[in-house]
Amino acid sequence: MEPFTTHTGVGVPLRRSNVDTDQIIPAVYLKRVSRTGFEDGLFSAWRQDDQFVLNLAPFRAGSVLVAGPDFGTGSSREHAVWALSDYGFRVVVSSRFADIFRGNAGKQGLVAAECAQSDVELLWKLLEAEPGTEVTVDLRDKTVRAKDFTAPFQIDDYTRWRLLEGLDDIALTLRHSADIGSFEEAREPWKPTTTTLSS
Amino acid sequence: MGKTLAEKVWDQHVVRRGSGAEPDLLYIDLHLIHEVTSPQAFDGLRLSGRPVRRPDLTIATEDHNVPTVDIELPIADPVSRTQVETLRKNCAEFGVRLHPMGDAEQGIVHVVGPQLGLTQPGTTVVCGDSHTSTHGAFGALAFGIGTSEVEHVLATQTLPLRPFKTMAITVDGELAPGVTAKDIILAVIAKIGTGGGQGYVLEYRGAAISALSMEARMTVCNMSIEAGARAGMIAPDDTTFAYLEGRPHAPSGELWDQAVKAWRELRTDEDASFDAQVHIDASTLTPYVTWGTNPGQGLPLSERVPDPELIGDDNERATAEKALAYMGLTPGTPLRDIHVDTVFLGSCTNGRIEDLRAAAAVLKGRKVADGVRMLVVPGSMRVRAAAESEGLHQVFLDAGAEWRQAGCSMCLGMNPDQLKPGERSASTSNRNFEGRQGKGGRTHLVSPLVAAATAVRGTLSSPDDLA
Repeated sequence: MEPFTTHTGVGVPLRRSNVDTDQIIPAVYLKRVSRTGFEDGLFSAWRQDDQFVLNLAPFRAGSVLVAGPDFGTGSSREHAVWALSDYGFRVVVSSRFADIFRGNAGKQGLVAAECAQSDVELLWKLLEAEPGTEVTVDLRDKTVRAKDFTAPFQIDDYTRWRLLEGLDDIALTLRHSADIGSFEEAREPWKPTTTTLSS
Repeated sequence: MGKTLAEKVWDQHVVRRGSGAEPDLLYIDLHLIHEVTSPQAFDGLRLSGRPVRRPDLTIATEDHNVPTVDIELPIADPVSRTQVETLRKNCAEFGVRLHPMGDAEQGIVHVVGPQLGLTQPGTTVVCGDSHTSTHGAFGALAFGIGTSEVEHVLATQTLPLRPFKTMAITVDGELAPGVTAKDIILAVIAKIGTGGGQGYVLEYRGAAISALSMEARMTVCNMSIEAGARAGMIAPDDTTFAYLEGRPHAPSGELWDQAVKAWRELRTDEDASFDAQVHIDASTLTPYVTWGTNPGQGLPLSERVPDPELIGDDNERATAEKALAYMGLTPGTPLRDIHVDTVFLGSCTNGRIEDLRAAAAVLKGRKVADGVRMLVVPGSMRVRAAAESEGLHQVFLDAGAEWRQAGCSMCLGMNPDQLKPGERSASTSNRNFEGRQGKGGRTHLVSPLVAAATAVRGTLSSPDDLA
């Protein structure tokens, strides 16, 4: 994973709450076995509408999505994060993220920045008043900035550290292989395995 | 101070306690796999030269893409076929047990785990699918994960996680006849909202929950994710043990006795405290249906399509307006007047044998209305076989419904079972998102009883509406 310290890019106002992962990328795009190339599926139903925000010139090249509350609800599909990243987004700002989406984002280097809803509203107004306005998201001091606007955002310290360092989760866990081995030796004898029947 | 059920199961699985901001490392007892969210995880293992640490705690089935007709033929859609074939190759290469299309144990991953007896009280269960919460019905801590986490579990059999908060959902009283587990959970989601459970494990408790069968408990826990929760749990009891005893992977003999003794300890202590509490009186519930495009937009069937103008919150109002526009509904219309052209009975929410029995009891001697197609898709091949041995399939066929093979089917339309643009369904599945059942399709979530009655009348109905 590439380390993330700060990013500056065009902010995209998405005035919708409950943006579920079926909207971010419909199931039909989930049949692929690759890990790249999901940008065409991003918001594919909404992108049929000429007036959808990503179809408007200054926003098309956006990389900081500013969305309503409860972003990423529904399915666990990590494809939602891949689609956003493949399209070019590095950050999603929202006042509330679904848990699985937030976790998936953290694994893939997409920053899920949780801001107060009042700050999201201010950002929306700013981005709509001057389309193409750039937003800076600084993971070091946990702030979102655009023009004169500055607001703090929340992200858990562990995810922030991993993102700043660009660390691979699995490698971190494998440092504790001995602990895992000891735990396995002490597991209860009735715990099932998929390879042996009970009787 | 005592501990909640979720905290007990958590504590029993901590491999390594995190310090400061560092998460705990949690051991995973059972990892369920399917074709959609696993290929990139196996690729990751290959790239880094890592094996599957515990193939014996891993099991795979084909469910999301599989067609529900002509399953003896190759899958017609080449992209779906490749994904299914990729799972087969990966399972063979990494030594993971797989139940492929046509196999007697094939089915939706969340139906397969419990029926094999692999889902047990006090275990941790994960799957690259948000409806993994289903398994919490057994007192397991079960939750959906993304593909990076699938790879993590394959490689390490653990996950780094911070403890979830706990919420008690107490459902007291008794359900009226014709009111089901599906109505309970739709009412819970309507009450706390699609984000109300975020960060929480929900523990369902109270007299109405204790009275539910295991399959009904699975329906409740299944849709915990629709309230935003990571997991839903129900403390195991005699109903749980009776369901498990004798299943292929349940312990037997002396180990069974040891297990039951330990499982009886898996309940929230009297002096434990939850981070949040919700109360619902089961006796006030009636059949629920959704009118909008998220599962929180539900109302009793006796109500009318709501008027967004009356919603105070700006975001909620805008969301409701968009939902009604998408659904093609007018405020004030009685929900009972809404016509459907498709009825879908199935999914990991309501595709088990009791669901099929309930719907068949309504359909027996009746016909599906003209202009309505009804798909009955059992949750697994085992459910299908059980239904056929009871003659339920004949009831569905006589009524004019289609009797299909097992899979996720129209719940998410990754196979050919989809709604066409503008088509409207009454569906026993779990999500009414825009386009969920097919691009432009409109979904009303309902219980199996409401699905069957709706099929007969052609409009959203409960069995009480049938003369």
